[in-house]
Amino acid sequence: MLTKRIIPCLDVRNRKVTKGVRFQNNIELGDPVEMAVAYSDGGCDELVFYDITASAEERGIDIDMVAEVAKAVHIPFAVGGGIKNLEDMKQVLLAGAEKVSVNSLAVRNPDIIAEGAKLFGSQCIVLGVDPVKVEKSEKFPSGYEVTIQGFRTRMGMDALEWIKKAEGLGAGEVVVNSVDADGTQEGFEIKLTRMIAENVGIPVVASGGGGTCQHLIDVFNEGKADAAIIASMIHMGKFTIKQIKDELVAASVPIRQKW
Amino acid sequence: MITIIDYKAGNLTSVKLAFEHIGCQVQITDKAKTIGCAEKIVFPGVGAAKAAMENLENLKIIEAVKKVIANGVPFMGICIGMQLLFETSQEDNGTECLGVLAGSVKKFETKDKFCKIPQMGWNNVKIKNAHPIFAGIEDESEFYFVHSYYPACSNENNIIGQTEYADVVFTSAAGKGNLVATQFHPERSGRIGLKILENFSKWDGVC
Repeated sequence: MLTKRIIPCLDVRNRKVTKGVRFQNNIELGDPVEMAVAYSDGGCDELVFYDITASAEERGIDIDMVAEVAKAVHIPFAVGGGIKNLEDMKQVLLAGAEKVSVNSLAVRNPDIIAEGAKLFGSQCIVLGVDPVKVEKSEKFPSGYEVTIQGFRTRMGMDALEWIKKAEGLGAGEVVVNSVDADGTQEGFEIKLTRMIAENVGIPVVASGGGGTCQHLIDVFNEGKADAAIIASMIHMGKFTIKQIKDELVAASVPIRQKW
Repeated sequence: MITIIDYKAGNLTSVKLAFEHIGCQVQITDKAKTIGCAEKIVFPGVGAAKAAMENLENLKIIEAVKKVIANGVPFMGICIGMQLLFETSQEDNGTECLGVLAGSVKKFETKDKFCKIPQMGWNNVKIKNAHPIFAGIEDESEFYFVHSYYPACSNENNIIGQTEYADVVFTSAAGKGNLVATQFHPERSGRIGLKILENFSKWDGVC
C-alpha cells in the first residue's frame, strides 16, 4: 500500500534553518545539511527546502547547498523559493534535487510549469500555493484566494481554479500551504486540503498548521492529503519523526515504518 | 566500476551520488564502445517510453545494450529503464521496447478520485523469488516510486517482487540471469535502497 509521506520543511536563510510564525520572528535552528541528515536518518519520507527570503529579496539559489544535501541524503527532496527561470530549475535538479517547487514564479508566468514539465518531467515540478480564506463569490468560487511572496501579495485569483490550471500545464504535485494555519500549530486546514484533493488528479501535500499527531491523522484521514509538511512540531524537539509515525501507525494510517 | 548509461532520460545525479556514497567508482556514458567494455551497467531514467526509445536509437546504442545483457554483464534497469526492457509499452499510443523481458507495460487506471496517478511515494515490495540484490532486505520493505505506467511481467520466474497500487499487483522488481530491474528508485530509497545498490555492485550476475 502506498504510504502517507511525512515531509519536514526546512526554511533556509543564509545557510541556517529558521522558523517563524507567519513569516515573522524567525529564529535560527541549525545547519541545513546536518538537519537533513538527522531527519532522513530519523525516518522522514522526503524533505523540502525553502529559501523564504529569496523571492522578496531577489537573491539566487544556493546551489552548493543543494549539492551538499544531495550527497548527504538519499531520499527525495524538493527545493523552492528563488527559482526564477528554467536555468535555475535545471541547476537545482542537476545538483541532485528530486523536485523543484514554484509558487510566485508560476503565478506570474504559468508557462514555466509547462516548459519545466516538458524538459524535466512532471514528477519534478511541484506547484506551491498559498491560499487565504475569502468570502465565496463569483470571483472566488472555492472561497480561497491565491497569495504570493510569503503571503504579502493577494493575486485576485481563485485558488482551486489556479491549481487545476497548473495541473493541466503539467505540475506533478501540489503543496497547499494555508496562510491562515501556517505556523500556528493549531491543525491543518482540513476542508481546504480535502477540497483540493477531491478536485485534482495529482498528489496533494498539506502544509501549515501541523502541531500534534492528531492533526496529521486528521489531514490524512479527513483531508485526504497524500503527504504532509511539518516544521514547528519537530524543529523544536517536541516530537521525533519516530514518535509521530508510531502514533500514526496506531491510528491505522499507512506509514513507512522501516528505514 | 559502475557504468551508467545516459540516454537523455532524466537526471542521473542521484544515481551517481548514491553509488559514490557506497564507495563505487562511477562513469556515465552514451557511447556503444564504452557500454561494450563495462563491468557493471546501470540503466536508469525517468520520462516517457517513446522518447527514451528514440534517444537510444539516435545514440545508436540499442545493439550495445542488448549485447551486454546477452553477454552476462550484471545489468540493472531502474524506473523507465526497467520498463524499456519489456516487449511493449502502452505509453504514447504503444511503444515497441527492447524485448529482453517477457511482458508489457500498462497504464494505471482507477475510478478512485483519491488514488492519484502517478503513484508518488513509498510503497512496499513483497518478495516472490529471492534474489541476490535483495540480500539482507526484509520482506515488504518500502521503496520510493514515481510512475504512471507499470510492468506486467508475463513470466512468473522473472518476478522478484510485487507491489500493489490502484487495484493492480504489478512487478516492481524483475530479474532474469544477469539482468535485474526495479520500478522503484533505490537511489532515492534511503538506507534500504542503498543496500540494493550495494548488493548490485557486489553481484557477479549469477543467481
